[in-house]
Amino acid sequence: MARNFGLMAAAVCALAFAAHAQQDKSVIDEIEKYRAALGDGNPAELWEARGEDLWKQARGPKKASLEKCDIGLGPGVVKGAYTVLPKYFGDTDKVEDLESRLVTCMVTLQGFTREEVVKDPFGGPGKKSDLEALVAYITGSSRGMKMNVAGTHPKEREAYEIGQKIFFHRGGPHDFACSTCHGDDNLRIRLQDLPNLSKVADAQRAYTTWPAYRVSQGELRSFQWRLYDCFRQQRFPELVYTSPASIALTMYLAKSANGGTYNAPAIKR
Amino acid sequence: MADPMKIRATMSGDKVEVKVLMSHEMETGQRKDAKGATIPAWFIQNVTATCNGKTVLSAEWGPAVAKNPYMSFKFAGGKPGDKVAVTWVDNKGDKRTDEATIS
Repeated sequence: MARNFGLMAAAVCALAFAAHAQQDKSVIDEIEKYRAALGDGNPAELWEARGEDLWKQARGPKKASLEKCDIGLGPGVVKGAYTVLPKYFGDTDKVEDLESRLVTCMVTLQGFTREEVVKDPFGGPGKKSDLEALVAYITGSSRGMKMNVAGTHPKEREAYEIGQKIFFHRGGPHDFACSTCHGDDNLRIRLQDLPNLSKVADAQRAYTTWPAYRVSQGELRSFQWRLYDCFRQQRFPELVYTSPASIALTMYLAKSANGGTYNAPAIKR
Repeated sequence: MADPMKIRATMSGDKVEVKVLMSHEMETGQRKDAKGATIPAWFIQNVTATCNGKTVLSAEWGPAVAKNPYMSFKFAGGKPGDKVAVTWVDNKGDKRTDEATIS
């Protein structure tokens, strides 16, 4: 009798487990449906339109537009530029991502001071971010193209290696690394599935769908914001906007997504 | 002044399908800012759409509509080349009109 009871308990447990797994699957499917329903009217398009205006407008003390800015494929080339970033730029002798490059151009071409440009890199209640709009326009111009980050220049290789180290570096009060949440299959934060960034398919899908319009925040979020907020959630020290560490990590993640078809600005819950 | 809308108007069978994205804060008047003060309500109250000047949609909106709203609707009687204009007016009296050509 005792033995039968044990068997029955095991059977009940197995059933409960199966039901739980099934429920997880249906929850994920429902979230996918929600995303698909939102995708048709993605407000990111509003940021793209504003960004295009900002790109072409003569602004700043030098009354210049950004149309001579080299963001990776030569001065003024927007289409496809995001697929080769981050990359090494000779004029600054640095590896730069899109956002740091935009800051560089706004300083050198338009005559803003760096402090003015990076004062409000992320939008919020009552303040709009010019950088996020520019990012939306430029990334949107690479939609449908394949990620193609070279990473061959010695400084690019160095950035990649540093980025990889940061990705696996455990620290902070929770002893977290990026890889704690993004180094294994089937991990989630609340109801959100987390991509396993050590796998090519997941890395491609994750990188090629940022930046994104976050419905819950009513804002378009850039890749610098994505990393900034990951650091915040890990209780790490603040990741400084366009810092070498942020660019190194971007380099590692962008290169891991090589070959993936770029499809952003996307929409996320 | 408010940012422009994004309007797409395409033929879908014998009807015209219009998709509109509006840039608006859509504050409900229920939220508080970081200092605890109520953020005043600020939302789109009236939306009208016209095709070659003839009204094809008229709507009254309230604070329950989301930020940066998206609206999609269909109407009969339009043809490629016709102009669809959408206008919104918010509770502060601010307004915006944008136009698209049916394709």
